[in-house]
Amino acid sequence: MGAGIEVKDLNAWYGSTHTMHDIHLTVPANRATALIGPSGCGKSTFVRCLNRMHETNPIARVTGLVKLGDLDIYNDAAPVAIRRRIGMVFQRANPFPTMSIYDNVASGLRLGGFVRRKQIDEIVERSLRRAALWDEVKDVWKRKSGASISGGQQQRLCIARALAIDPEVLLMDEPASALDPISTSKIEDLIFELKADYTIVIVTHNMQQAARVAEMTGFFLNGYLVEFDATTKIFTNPADKRTEDYITGRFG
Amino acid sequence: MTRTRFHQNLDDLKEKLLVMAGMAEQAIQRAMEAYRVGDLSICDLVVRSEPAINRMERDIDQRALDLLAMEQPMAIDLRFILAVIKINADLERVGDQAVNIAERVRDMHNLPPVELPVDIPRLATMAATMVRHALQAFIDADPAMAEKVLLMDDEVDEMNRAVYGALARSIETMPQHSQSALNVLLIARNLERVGDHATNIAEDVIFWVRGADVRHHLHTAS
Repeated sequence: MGAGIEVKDLNAWYGSTHTMHDIHLTVPANRATALIGPSGCGKSTFVRCLNRMHETNPIARVTGLVKLGDLDIYNDAAPVAIRRRIGMVFQRANPFPTMSIYDNVASGLRLGGFVRRKQIDEIVERSLRRAALWDEVKDVWKRKSGASISGGQQQRLCIARALAIDPEVLLMDEPASALDPISTSKIEDLIFELKADYTIVIVTHNMQQAARVAEMTGFFLNGYLVEFDATTKIFTNPADKRTEDYITGRFG
Repeated sequence: MTRTRFHQNLDDLKEKLLVMAGMAEQAIQRAMEAYRVGDLSICDLVVRSEPAINRMERDIDQRALDLLAMEQPMAIDLRFILAVIKINADLERVGDQAVNIAERVRDMHNLPPVELPVDIPRLATMAATMVRHALQAFIDADPAMAEKVLLMDDEVDEMNRAVYGALARSIETMPQHSQSALNVLLIARNLERVGDHATNIAEDVIFWVRGADVRHHLHTAS
């Protein structure tokens, strides 16, 4: 099952630049939450703070509270342990090009200490099924390179790789922005399926996509969370004029 | 990603709806003029104007549908297009009411003249004022003006009930003029419906501007 995320007083910096200001937000468990806003608004920085990716940049800094369930992710656990519970999928599919489809999905398991072949086989198959990729690769999964399949399949492979280590949260940073409409709709259908077992946070520039997949939507602007509400409310009757101006294309 | 062309299309849609509104308003004014002076040629004019109103209704609906399909509007733009579609339907119905009135006037032309104790022009003025104010609220995106229209509806309903009572008594006391009384009763009913359409338009303006659904006295913001 997914876990909710509670964010309080979250601030982030790159060097001396204050990029995110006093974010308060509760991401509900087993729901999809979309983050929208113009380029440079802080939405990607925000999701990178949720699994301590932000601090991998040596000049980056974060203050504030982020809790996954009861766990304070900045004080109660090491970053690697956090990233096992909060997986991430990026804009560009990034399978390991020299590995087979199978080995791509198994890589996280092996790093986590799994050694029994039969158990790894089961988890890889289950992950590929959950990522809606199994039927397309089941005959070639152990011999074909992860980089040899289509872009849409590669992205689902990356989702399968993230799911293999059984996270509670899946962060997706523009997961379909480089994909064609059919591959995009497969990713969106997948998000719908995955909500039953995972909490999903998706950063997207495509507002129709946010409207289609997410129950909750947050609008970021200039490093501030302007509005966070039910997606239906945001897209039919937002409370803040800046949100309305952005989603109706009056600026951005 | 400012959507200049889309917003120009929304402005064009508004212009088009205002032309439609002008046609519907003119039809009601002409029908009432026909009633006042008993001029059958004006009745013909009203009836002949109806197909143009119907064509305009279809054209506006098509443009609105195209924008929904091609632009996937959101928030205030989405509410605007929904409001336009609904206001469009109400204006077409206002045109129908004008035709109904013109047909009653034609029928009365063949009946002996009679003075009935009702003030139909006053009811007509009230209904036409509601339409004009509702449309002004639409032009100015002014929900406060729209709320005034909602209050006027009760007054029109009350006037219509008074007309009904007076004509029911006339039918009893002057049964030889019952057909004329029935025609006037139907005209009053048509005017009351025009007031209802104006109310709908006002509600749609409030929905568009505020995102609040105030239909059926539901005074809570949605």
